[in-house]
Amino acid sequence: MNSKRRSFLKTAGTAGSVAIAAAAGLIKPTEVLAVEWNKNAFAAKGVPDALKAVGAVGAADSKDILIKAPDIAENGAVVPIEVTSKIAGTSAIMLMVEKNASPLTADFNLSNGAEGYVSTRIKMGQTSNVRAVVKAGGKYYTTTKEVKVTIGGCGG
Amino acid sequence: MAEPMKIRATLEGDAANIKVLMNHVMETGQRKDAKTGQLVPAHFIQTVVANLNGKVVLEAQWSQAVSKNPFLGFKVKGAKAGDKVNISWVDNKGEKNSADATVS
Repeated sequence: MNSKRRSFLKTAGTAGSVAIAAAAGLIKPTEVLAVEWNKNAFAAKGVPDALKAVGAVGAADSKDILIKAPDIAENGAVVPIEVTSKIAGTSAIMLMVEKNASPLTADFNLSNGAEGYVSTRIKMGQTSNVRAVVKAGGKYYTTTKEVKVTIGGCGG
Repeated sequence: MAEPMKIRATLEGDAANIKVLMNHVMETGQRKDAKTGQLVPAHFIQTVVANLNGKVVLEAQWSQAVSKNPFLGFKVKGAKAGDKVNISWVDNKGEKNSADATVS
């Protein structure tokens, strides 16, 4: 039994109890998210761990997610990214930069009429795939786009 | 300290196109101070909440990898002119900021 497994079990237990509390109507799911920053997911190294931490393991490739980003970013410190999801019932959009030390960059939860669209600017340390993960109807979908970076935006 | 936020909310058809520009250093914690050689501690916005007429429409969690002076754009269906937009954020040091705008 190693320590990683222990921390995983601990996390799973906590997440489970929150879900139970939410299901019981004790707390609204929105309130949970408003205060809680998913530390484990943001600390995850590598895309497989990040996907696991957000519960999106086995996300299906989808052509209905469009990532609008430059093919070549001259400045890795400011890379504009736009994600549009045409999947009905899109309730969350996540952004991961595969080669950043911690891939998960942003997690957007959409509700009350918010469309499957977000636009932001992110930092990229080096040329990498940018992965968008979309949650719709309890399922996860994903796609990637490569962005070439000529000057890195992390450290320096 | 928290500087003002810029919000532009324009109606496009039946959807509000909301653009927000926040003022924040978004320090990664990986950068070294040029003079001291010490790592500059991480300082970044962790959560952002957007409300339209008091209803939550977007909740974001961010890492250090969102660019300095973050930009956020999103669209909300069913919005009308005059609807109130509120954006607020909290960073990893517990600093907060909030701003209001009206859809036009």
